[in-house]
Amino acid sequence: MHTTTVPVSQIDPFDETVLADPYPAHRELRDLGAVVWLERYRVWGMARHEQVEAALNDPQTFCSARGVGLSDFHKEKPWRPPSLLLEADPPDHTRARHTITQVLSPVAVRGLREAFTAEASALFDRLAGRTAIDGVRDIAEAFPLTVFPDVVGLPPDGREHLLPYGGLVFNGFGPRNRLFLDALARAEHARDWIAAHCRRENLADGGLGAQIHRTAAAEGYTAADAALLVRSFLSAGVDTTVHGIGNALLCLAENPDQFRVLRADPTQARKAFEETIRYESPVQTFFRTTTRDVDVAGATIPAGEKVLLFLAAANRDPRRWEAADTYDITRKASGHVGFGFGVHACVGQMLARLEGEIVLTELARRAEAIELAGPPKRQLSNTLRGLDSLPLSVAWV
Amino acid sequence: MPKITYVSADGDLHVVDVPIGTSVMRGAVGTGIDGIVAECGGNAMCATCHVYVPAEHAASLPEMTAVEDEMLECTVAERRATSRLSCQLRITEGLDGLVVRLPEAQE
Repeated sequence: MHTTTVPVSQIDPFDETVLADPYPAHRELRDLGAVVWLERYRVWGMARHEQVEAALNDPQTFCSARGVGLSDFHKEKPWRPPSLLLEADPPDHTRARHTITQVLSPVAVRGLREAFTAEASALFDRLAGRTAIDGVRDIAEAFPLTVFPDVVGLPPDGREHLLPYGGLVFNGFGPRNRLFLDALARAEHARDWIAAHCRRENLADGGLGAQIHRTAAAEGYTAADAALLVRSFLSAGVDTTVHGIGNALLCLAENPDQFRVLRADPTQARKAFEETIRYESPVQTFFRTTTRDVDVAGATIPAGEKVLLFLAAANRDPRRWEAADTYDITRKASGHVGFGFGVHACVGQMLARLEGEIVLTELARRAEAIELAGPPKRQLSNTLRGLDSLPLSVAWV
Repeated sequence: MPKITYVSADGDLHVVDVPIGTSVMRGAVGTGIDGIVAECGGNAMCATCHVYVPAEHAASLPEMTAVEDEMLECTVAERRATSRLSCQLRITEGLDGLVVRLPEAQE
């Protein structure tokens, strides 16, 4: 049982009104204490940067193998076979991670710059002349949904299954609420397609998917486990990047002064994307499970308990950030936990940064100004923060 | 607090008191030293906190992990025998007086 000194909160982090605007709840949770008890789900929560980062950096105590969602894999059967990467602990995780990092190294990602730039250029060529666009469909989805499947080596047909599958994965970390059930229904056909396209025979030679199969075989993984490693790519590589780019477009439309800074110097694009990950973190939360009784800032969390880490709240913690609620592309955003931290830090983060940088560079070169042409429509998810649509009016150069 | 000296590629010296338990990278990022980018925030994933540690200080450093070794193959500036990722250099009392040289480029 939890100690009496730990503040109790009735906040439901997965309630749709909270998901639509999580920041007031995040502030309340941060101010309540370094650790809080979330009565609604009977789990612990941490929302301050210091404790979130420390927990992420201590995988021996805050483990992932019992699931990084609300569901405890020791007590419930996971809805899909666990990930060898996300839902694993060292030393198993270390081996899986090494297999993937070989394929996604900074050098490998740098090698994609030219092709991605050409693709972004072609995309903006097609948009030029249209003053009214949907920032989500026309840019934030269009770009990653082309370059990512190309790079992985997926065939052209069936790519429409990627977003519903990612939607299911990320809703699956929350409770079995309406959002999860809707995502499950939407992904009905996606699950089989994804499973099939994690297999070597459905992945083009030379693509990252085929490379993972090769490095996995060299590490001694079976073909079935290699397919699970590819599944991590297809689960985590699309929705997150789409939301990162979409959120960046929203931030820049809502902060014209920041767009002017970017427009004056398009080399700031990478920083603008980084600041977006801090300020409007696409991945808002992840759970861990304690492996032992652990003291956190004077409170004792017993072994075997779920702990909800509010990454997005940590990224706006005024104890860590000056003007935390201000979108400022010139700030040093390094140190945010939007890509996680420690051994489970997003393995595709350099690829995500490249995609974000290239899209925003191209936008800054070609648009004089962007502004909202209507209210943005939120896409609610138990884990992700992003948009369904973003009506923009663009003044092209 | 241990004192760490950062020598820029131009030869400028910055001496910083860096708290125990943090890293050589944090000591630079926290004080606005430009030559260390640390894009990934300290996860040995971006190779943009590359430093050269003069041989006479090598003995005081933590051993290099396989992950750091692999990531050092991805630095923009030349990898040398003295190359380390500063995010992997955890600050201990033993690092007091450490000198690190910053490469000409990180990204």
